[in-house]
Amino acid sequence: MEQHVLVIFPHPDDETFGCGGTIAQFTQTGVPVTYVCATLGQMGRNMGKPFFATRESLPNIREAELEEACQALGIQRLIKLGLRDKTIEFEDPELLSARIEQILQEVRPSLVLTHYPGYAVHPDHNALGEVTILAISRLPVQERPMVYVHAFARDCQNRLGPPDIINDISALSEKKLAAIRAHRSQSQVFFPRIANGQTKKPSSKNSLSHMLERESFWTYHFS
Amino acid sequence: MNPIAKSAVQSALDHFLNRDVYLHLETTNGAYAVHKQESTMTVGAYIRNGRICFGRGVITGEGPYRVGLKMEIGWVYAEGLTDFEIDQAGRLLLAGHDQEGRLAVALELSFTPFDL
Ligand SMILES: [Zn+2]
Repeated sequence: MEQHVLVIFPHPDDETFGCGGTIAQFTQTGVPVTYVCATLGQMGRNMGKPFFATRESLPNIREAELEEACQALGIQRLIKLGLRDKTIEFEDPELLSARIEQILQEVRPSLVLTHYPGYAVHPDHNALGEVTILAISRLPVQERPMVYVHAFARDCQNRLGPPDIINDISALSEKKLAAIRAHRSQSQVFFPRIANGQTKKPSSKNSLSHMLERESFWTYHFS
Repeated sequence: MNPIAKSAVQSALDHFLNRDVYLHLETTNGAYAVHKQESTMTVGAYIRNGRICFGRGVITGEGPYRVGLKMEIGWVYAEGLTDFEIDQAGRLLLAGHDQEGRLAVALELSFTPFDL
């Protein structure tokens, strides 16, 4: 059993869409989960559907949605890094990695979940994944946590082979749904019926039903 | 926000004439445009807290609308604007939303810097 899981992603909702079920699995069995969320997703273009946020109100709205989603998933501690959406790749990687290293020293996780650098589509995902891997690689080998990386670039299966961790989360689908619903400014566009409170699980084989059944990761191997 | 009322936006623009004002100007088709195959390119640009001064500012079109701000040595331009708000801080927020309600363009003016 894991002792402590540290989740590191740049945007409010990355924790939910990519690995909400996995997080809920841990918290349900009493494993503490700490989430480092680097930005407030200030520059997102989804504003709700019908839209209710503005460019200026979006950060506060997403911050509140994030708190609600963390509660739904049982995340005990949320660390906001205070960076700005779409700017992570332009920051000094040494400073960022030092910040992550400090958090690693404090939390001492047995497992870290982050994005697979180079395979996670959004520049923020790739940049934060990269500094996280850098920070972990600087720990003495025996102190390194396991690292599961999330990837969803179109060609990632071709380049990486199939993911080695395939997690059946169907028993946790209600919790993941609650977290998806919490991120309403973002989820209403993709899943209007779910975000607007419909509780019945979708029956068709669409992307949502897939998202509620399994989550997959690659174990990161340090060279 | 509400659908643009041209005369209300025009008088708001006039309010900012010939003063040092802060500009947020942005256009985006989303960070996942290529990934979701909505477009062949992901494009976007923004400037936040550009400090400008304009002596003429006009909204035109029948909706979606265009705004041009004429500065002493240049222009600020946005097209595709559909919605507006004058918020509690007195800032003018203009945005263009697509059919899904997603933001595609924004032009905002304020007498004080926008939050970072
Ligand atoms: Zn993200």
